Amino acid sequence: MSDARAAILARLRSSGSGGPLPDLDTAVLERRHWSAAERVQRLRQGMASVHTEFLEARPEDWPAVLRAFCEREGLRTLLFGPATEAGHRLVEAMAGSPTALRPYDAPVETFKTELFQSVDAGFTTTVGGVAETGGLLLEPGPREPRLLSLVPPLHLALLPTSTLHDTLWSAIRALGWGQAPPPNALMISGPSKTADIEQTLAYGVHGPKRLVVILVHDLPGTPA
Amino acid sequence: MNAATPTKAYFYGTCLVDLFFPDAGMAGIQLLQRAGVEVVFPEGQTCCGQPAYNCGFFEEARAVARTQVALFPQDLPVILPSGSCAGMMKHHYPDLFRGQPEEAAVRAFSARVYELTQFLVDVLDVKLEDLGQPVKVTWHSSCHALRDLGLKGQPQALIGQLAHVELAPLARERECCGFGGTFSVRHPEISGAMACDKAEDALATGASVVLSTDGGCLLNVKGVLEAQAAPLRVQHIAEFLWERTHAR
Amino acid sequence: MHGETDMNEGGPSGRFAPSASPLVHPHGVTERSPATPSDPSFRASATRALGDAQLRANFRRAMDGLMAKRAAQFPDPGDLQALRDLGTAVRARSLLRLPELLEQLEASCARNGIRVHWAETCDQANAIVLGLLKAKGATRVVKGKSMVSEEMHLNAFLEAHGIESLESDLGEYIIQLDHETPSHIIMPAIHKNKGQIARQFSQKIKDATYTEDVDELTALARKVLRQKFLEADAGLSGVNFAVAETGTLCLVENEGNGRMSTHVPPLHIAVMGLEKVVARLEDVAPLYALLTRSATGQPATTYLNLISGPRAKDEMDGPREVHLVILDNGRSRIYGDPQLQATLRCIRCGACMNHCPVYTRVGGHAYEAVYPGPIGTILTPQMEGVGRRHDLIHGSSLCGACSEVCPVEIPIPDILVRLRREATHADAGSKVAGKGTGQTMTEDLAWRAWAAVLKRPRLYRLSAWFATRFRGLIPGGMPLLKAWTMSRTTPLPAPRSLQERIRKGGLPHV
Ligand code: SF4
Repeated sequence: MSDARAAILARLRSSGSGGPLPDLDTAVLERRHWSAAERVQRLRQGMASVHTEFLEARPEDWPAVLRAFCEREGLRTLLFGPATEAGHRLVEAMAGSPTALRPYDAPVETFKTELFQSVDAGFTTTVGGVAETGGLLLEPGPREPRLLSLVPPLHLALLPTSTLHDTLWSAIRALGWGQAPPPNALMISGPSKTADIEQTLAYGVHGPKRLVVILVHDLPGTPA
Repeated sequence: MNAATPTKAYFYGTCLVDLFFPDAGMAGIQLLQRAGVEVVFPEGQTCCGQPAYNCGFFEEARAVARTQVALFPQDLPVILPSGSCAGMMKHHYPDLFRGQPEEAAVRAFSARVYELTQFLVDVLDVKLEDLGQPVKVTWHSSCHALRDLGLKGQPQALIGQLAHVELAPLARERECCGFGGTFSVRHPEISGAMACDKAEDALATGASVVLSTDGGCLLNVKGVLEAQAAPLRVQHIAEFLWERTHAR
Repeated sequence: MHGETDMNEGGPSGRFAPSASPLVHPHGVTERSPATPSDPSFRASATRALGDAQLRANFRRAMDGLMAKRAAQFPDPGDLQALRDLGTAVRARSLLRLPELLEQLEASCARNGIRVHWAETCDQANAIVLGLLKAKGATRVVKGKSMVSEEMHLNAFLEAHGIESLESDLGEYIIQLDHETPSHIIMPAIHKNKGQIARQFSQKIKDATYTEDVDELTALARKVLRQKFLEADAGLSGVNFAVAETGTLCLVENEGNGRMSTHVPPLHIAVMGLEKVVARLEDVAPLYALLTRSATGQPATTYLNLISGPRAKDEMDGPREVHLVILDNGRSRIYGDPQLQATLRCIRCGACMNHCPVYTRVGGHAYEAVYPGPIGTILTPQMEGVGRRHDLIHGSSLCGACSEVCPVEIPIPDILVRLRREATHADAGSKVAGKGTGQTMTEDLAWRAWAAVLKRPRLYRLSAWFATRFRGLIPGGMPLLKAWTMSRTTPLPAPRSLQERIRKGGLPHV
């Protein structure tokens, strides 16, 4: 198939297309400069409009908030990445809880059916949020596998308010995704949804049916 | 009228107005004259060439366009009672003549082209006094007037000056009426469906007249309304404005 | 989500019903008819579609809703224009550097562990996909939405080779159950209403009971498809943007089926048209903003999935292999023409079809093409040949509603005019597929005669004189007039032309 490659590239090159590249005027992307409080408010508004739910917490009490939620909802299993610092705190906080913590610490092949059929919720951290449209930024990887935020019907995500960016554009730059992209990176705005039947919105089509964000108010002066 | 306001202008009748809406042509000329513009109407006008251009017959379109441009040698505004033809002369002539010897001359010509209501509002800033009976009208913006030429509410502004005229907007004012020149005969079923919807929309406004800047749209909508014997007529905006504002 | 009540859902039973199909043979009235029997006919299918009141109502309601939602996302015309200008510049820059960026993409992907394959034709692309599947012994494939795979007719191809290829986007799943093709590039099942889908699910899904509740229908599909994701040997997907610098495949979606297809099975194969590449990851931000807002009026989709590699050594999940198939299928030829190259800027948002008065009335299937609507009327003829798809090139009133909303400012009407020329003229130096093959003596002669009259004012004057004097005698049997009068009365010239009046009576004086 390298013949195809050569032929295609040759055809493209022979077109004589070229000339000066048009300028990129990114001013329209750069105008957003919200205060920390406005970012939180915008993110919340944007995500809530697509059915994302929020739990409010402080840096010291989010594990307890999470535990209370799990028990209130009657979750039986919570899948999580045990190697993160948040994971450690979760283990401590959930001791004795009727919600069983299930570490995602082995290749998915070893428990794929269980993952699809009997895990109630998945917990992940985030690497930030996007205020403009409302979205979580995730970098799944060895410590928090890709399917953690996808397969369980409920996704719980930890979001410190100090990590919010104004726009996707500024987030991509700040996180360095354009230089060294992680094998997988995600922006998530809500639970999975579809409008493929008569333009009627329905939530929980293939991925999570619910997305619950634990908003950790870790900025000085922000009330919990 | 300030010092920079032109006192003399060319009028280009367009083939559809010439053959089907001559009263609109007369009215357009009179509206200009009343605003203090001396109108020059060169002989030898035929067609802007748009039908051939739109079908890809560029040489034929150019041959016709060339003869038309030659009719307007002086540095005067060229006024057309048609958004579509004005769009053709203003925006497509430069493309049509790209790389041709007369390109520069054509560009200079194109820069002088105006649609009538555009000229009345933007350049002459006319003030109208309504002498007519109360009437309810609706407005169809022709797609080329809207998107090729970039009319921005000038016709509505003129209608708005008429004290006894109520403008009832169409539900889908920006939607095409389905004329599209040869489209109406190459795809008559689709074109017909679009025209029927437009007529139905117009009827639902409760207006008694549908106004537009463009002969093609008017013929199209008129044809459907007549075929359905609907109690609604079409009229060119120029004719409507003149009728209501001149003392008989 | 249901659209507002619609006064215009007239359909053929309405007061202004056009005289539809039974009256006129589809080919009976055009002045030219070069189509051979095997050629697709937009006119014939469109005429059939116009006769289907349910279909017209479904599209009208859906398009009205989509137009309103898009408009709500762009409240500030200045911002919209600035964003469109930026999006256009990003895409134009990418195209200007296309060969270089494709090579860079290949190298970056290789660095990330993504294998890149090149295909000049759909057959080659299909063969590559099949080879990759066979090498892994894969027999069950789940698919995320991909228009390029529709272009390849990949499902049919794989099924012919004994491989189950299941669409998992809900809309695609719905139409696959009925062996249909998408009628919209973003909302493939938009031609169906929930009653039709309810019937179909109850008949075709095991143990399903009839329900018209959208949540229940969705839950039903979820149940079936989650099992399929679990069992799949491979996942196939399209690509919204491919980033040359980083070797990243960007997938934009709401349902999560794209993530399922690309992250659950051990093998992921992505297919993309060669124009999809952009230089830098941050270039994706404006394109994404334009795409989601233009397509469905959402500020953001549920997921933006950036894939820059297969499962790393220490990862617990993700595909063990990721392959990217880059398809040409006529694109490099389109690329060769400076004006037509703009066609390749398209980000497949579907806004042009949502705003098209023709598409809204006839729906996507009438185009008999993978890409329907305005983008289809310029892309399809360039891929399949301008003569063969002459009907599509003329299937537009050139109203410009498409280019007005296109987020990357593709001048669709101008390109249509150019393709009309290409279809009827075999210009030397043109690279357009099928150039000149739509040429007919009749049309040539007609335009020559047209010009001969109109460039001679005296001849025009004579014709005008005849037209006005004998206006009652216009022969009704003339083909053009016959087409016109299917829905309209015969247009009647005025008794005296404007020019004649001015010649005789002089200019009026105010
Ligand atoms: S042509 Fe423009 S509007 Fe149409 S799908 Fe492509 S990007 Fe969207």
